[in-house]
Amino acid sequence: MDSPSLILTPRDWDSHPPYCHSGYKSSVLRSPSLPLIPLKEKLKDRRVPVYGADDLGKLDHDLTRNAAKNGEPLGERIIVTGRVLDEGGRPVRNTLVEIWQANAAGRYVHKADQHAAPLDPNFLGAGRCLTDNEGRYRFLTIKPGAYPWGNHSNAWRPNHIHFSLFGDYFGSRLVTQMYFPGDPLLDLDPIFQGTPEHARNRLISRFSIDTTEEGYALGYEFDIVLRGANQTPTEA
Amino acid sequence: MTTYKQTPSQTVGPYFAYGLCPEQYNFDLKSLFTPSIADRESVGQHISIVGQVFDGEEKVIGDAVIEMVQADSNGRYVTTRDETRKSGFRGFARVGTGTDPELRYVVDTVKPGSTGGDSAPHIDVIVLMRGMLLHAYTRIYFDDETEANARDDVLALVPAERRGTLIAKREAGTSNAIYRFDIHLQGPKETVFFDL
Repeated sequence: MDSPSLILTPRDWDSHPPYCHSGYKSSVLRSPSLPLIPLKEKLKDRRVPVYGADDLGKLDHDLTRNAAKNGEPLGERIIVTGRVLDEGGRPVRNTLVEIWQANAAGRYVHKADQHAAPLDPNFLGAGRCLTDNEGRYRFLTIKPGAYPWGNHSNAWRPNHIHFSLFGDYFGSRLVTQMYFPGDPLLDLDPIFQGTPEHARNRLISRFSIDTTEEGYALGYEFDIVLRGANQTPTEA
Repeated sequence: MTTYKQTPSQTVGPYFAYGLCPEQYNFDLKSLFTPSIADRESVGQHISIVGQVFDGEEKVIGDAVIEMVQADSNGRYVTTRDETRKSGFRGFARVGTGTDPELRYVVDTVKPGSTGGDSAPHIDVIVLMRGMLLHAYTRIYFDDETEANARDDVLALVPAERRGTLIAKREAGTSNAIYRFDIHLQGPKETVFFDL
């Protein structure tokens, strides 16, 4: 039986890009054209999917080592860390954070990526971890390179890392991208620019000297806010 | 009280395979989620859900990601990892549309039971792809559940002429039950998507 307890906060449509953003060409034929049908009252407290710490490998959070074959990956080592919170500022604990990215040369190992930049035999570009009791995640990786794409003439994606999270509820699913501060390509990128202007800075990580590890890796912080429950669950 | 603003969504992009579905796409990394919701030993009627995703020009999309969530054959949602290990029923699938020759997704599962009340058996679906800046939610019902579908309180919210887009059709002449569920992003057959 569904239990009629929690209702999630709504999707904040003012924070998210629209389905169709004409500057991002592939959105034109891939966006629903009819209004969505509201289903808020059916959200409830479904917690999916289920997973545990023992589903993860020891090096899943360390992209500089988790695919190393005969050496270290090339590029600038970085630490990417932050907290996953709900809109009330509560930490989202033990939640899965999955990331994937291009290598330092701007090349993905995905077979469809034909960009003429080298693959790195020691870098896959995928990682995942669970948040801790404060909602904190932490990855060690290589700063991804920019790469060209076919959206428009001389189009280049800014450096970015893809993030996928579920949060605690079916309705808190979030797939997003983290960008880097000061990237001149951000002003020209229709995917980033598809986001409402006032919300764009939430997608940009901040450089942190405190997170930076001396002599080893620069640190970037990126906090993520998911939809949360509007009311505190009542214990049965 | 709301104090923090939601992080905006961005597209999953075209290159998700090695991060989200590594085993399906033959990358050397364990998949946390697979196209199988239920193992063979799971209790219930074993079925497959098969379909394609179409863009506004009716072209089949080969870089979509589909995620599915459902109750088990008794209408119960799994809540712990221990439970899924014992039963072989995970209640969740993730599949990309890029490995099948016809760019179909194929998900093996058991037919979900009713979750109670007026709810007809159903599978909740998340749709992600390049070109979609934020994911879409839809839902699969079954065409051999006519009576339950007629009582379902979510289907009732959908204009009658569009309900058919949410109903998977059992394919004739197959020994194991295969249900077909295509997703159309636009056009006369546009699938119903929910705001939830």
